[in-house]
Amino acid sequence: MSVFAFTFYLFALTTVTGGLFTVISRNPVHSVLWLILAFLSSAGLFVTLGAEFVAMLLIIVYVGAVAVLFLFVVMMLDVDFAQLKAEVTKYLPLALLIGVVILMQLGMALGVWGFSDGVEMRIAAPAGDIDNTRALGLLLYDKYILLFQLSGLILLVAMIGAIVLTLRHRVDIKRQNVLNQMYRDPAKAMELRDVKPGQGL
Amino acid sequence: MIGADIQILLPEIVLAVYAMLALMGAVYTTKDGAASLLTWMTAGMFVLLALVIGVNGQGYNVAFDGMFVDDGFARFAKVTILLSAAIVLLMSEGYMQRRGLLRFEYPVLIALAVVGMMVMVSAGDLMVLYMGLELQSLALYVVASLRRDNAKSTEAGLKYFVLGALSSGLLLYGASLTYGFAGTTLFSGIIEAAEGGASLGLLFGLVFLIAGFAFKVSAAPFHMWTPDVYEGSPTPVTAFFATAPKVAAIALFARVVHDAFGGIVGEWQQIVAFLSVASMFLGAVAAIGQTNIKRLMAYSSISHMGFAMMGLAAGTVGGVQAMLVYMVIYVTMNVGTFALILTMEKDGRPVTDIAALKSYAKRQPLLALVMLVMMFSLAGVPPMLGFFGKYAVLLAAYQGGLAWLAVAGVIASVISAFYYLRIVYYMYFGEDTQALDGRTPPVLWVTAVVTGAIIGLAWIPGVNLFGLDPMAAAAAATLVN
Repeated sequence: MSVFAFTFYLFALTTVTGGLFTVISRNPVHSVLWLILAFLSSAGLFVTLGAEFVAMLLIIVYVGAVAVLFLFVVMMLDVDFAQLKAEVTKYLPLALLIGVVILMQLGMALGVWGFSDGVEMRIAAPAGDIDNTRALGLLLYDKYILLFQLSGLILLVAMIGAIVLTLRHRVDIKRQNVLNQMYRDPAKAMELRDVKPGQGL
Repeated sequence: MIGADIQILLPEIVLAVYAMLALMGAVYTTKDGAASLLTWMTAGMFVLLALVIGVNGQGYNVAFDGMFVDDGFARFAKVTILLSAAIVLLMSEGYMQRRGLLRFEYPVLIALAVVGMMVMVSAGDLMVLYMGLELQSLALYVVASLRRDNAKSTEAGLKYFVLGALSSGLLLYGASLTYGFAGTTLFSGIIEAAEGGASLGLLFGLVFLIAGFAFKVSAAPFHMWTPDVYEGSPTPVTAFFATAPKVAAIALFARVVHDAFGGIVGEWQQIVAFLSVASMFLGAVAAIGQTNIKRLMAYSSISHMGFAMMGLAAGTVGGVQAMLVYMVIYVTMNVGTFALILTMEKDGRPVTDIAALKSYAKRQPLLALVMLVMMFSLAGVPPMLGFFGKYAVLLAAYQGGLAWLAVAGVIASVISAFYYLRIVYYMYFGEDTQALDGRTPPVLWVTAVVTGAIIGLAWIPGVNLFGLDPMAAAAAATLVN
């Protein structure tokens, strides 16, 4: 077995194992940790494909941000997983039936899959002799600049939405005022009294 | 090259930049204090852009290698979207202000949603289509739950979001299958690829795409979210949902089936015809039991979308023309009806029970007359404008060889007349309950009376539906060729 084949099978096996345990773990925190393993090994798979940029993205964005966020959410939110599971089992037979029907239909469709005539003319030409990062940059910031800017607008809407729906300006609470604190004069704020023994104020 | 592309995209860019400037301006100044001004400015901006697009727009322009198409069809849809959004925004200002809902983000989100809709109707590529759709939907999810301390409004937003995400998934799956078959996401490439007939894979892609669109236009059997979202959202937001996004979604629907799948009309015709029949009948029958006027309008919109899709199902230029005419008339009727619904209140609280309209005619004779015109028009009673819309789609379906669909449409129309006429009955013959005591703000009064006059008087010879037919015909001709 060549080194390439060995690394492929190693990463593939870990990805599948990670995915499997993400689903069947009883403890949701363990699930997220298995998910991170699955992400890491799929990043390895991307490296074996020669897509090093996507691999780095997967590690930085998915492992670094998304998975850690998941972990926080799972640990901080009090979700009753037992109740969720009970709810799921109620609809399981119907869900299975629909799933099997759709699976069979898709099997029919994909089993006789055919490409259109002249598909070679329409698919994008390979990027040629430039590295991944440059090729992606040319696509994102040049050919698909419209899509890139539109995604930016979508993210802006998401940000506005999150703020609109959660930010509350409450007037009935005391807030910290840093300037007031700094301008506070010890001479006015404190009063020293000489308390005699055996007497109160 | 990019300069020419930007020139074509200028209205969208201007609106997006305006939205961002407005957002920043309000954040750094008086925040919600500027909301009222911003609402009027945004509406003014919409009208201005509609004028620019309507007067200046010419020819068939393509930007970004065909990803963005600016043709007569797109311009017709954009003008309709912009004008209806402007009117609804003006109608909502007073209502939102009185209930403390007028936050400065509201007009900004509406403006960004409108940018999304404008991108949707101009999409020439599956990816641009999806971006426009998400931009529009995401803004709408937020405005649906704007009344965030109200359980129903929150539920509306959440339900809309979850089901919207599901429909986006279906749509994307269809897009990926289509891409897999054609090797490109450009509509011009897909129509080329489908020339030799549709393979099973492409057909699956088409079905999934249509399922996604059907959700957005709230066609049965993908309508489940509509009544709950309409009921839970603040009424001006409901009015917005019922107008501009519907035009955008159905225009997008028409664009995809004609621009990308125009060569295999027979394959999608039956699906659209089925959606049309199901929506018409479901909307007509399910609305009968409703007592909440917002839920009633939700089922009414499902039924009306069925009629609009009847034009689409014809698969001809005449069909698209009829669909456009129908949508413009539908939007006008809904703007007028919602202007009246917005005036329904008692002791400063909004009322949505239709029984509250009992003996409305005794206290507000003019507004009751307008409501009567609206209801007759929604039901399709001649000589109101709604009749001409229904006539156009029925004729298109008949000429497209779908006589059975036209017959089904007439039957559904008769059934739905029941609940429209019940409201008229309540207004004129119901016993006096003094259920409504709200004043009518001038904006709502003017909107209601003007739309009422348009709808009630368009039949007069010489008015010719205000020249709507030839405009729609020209728009439809650029889409179908």
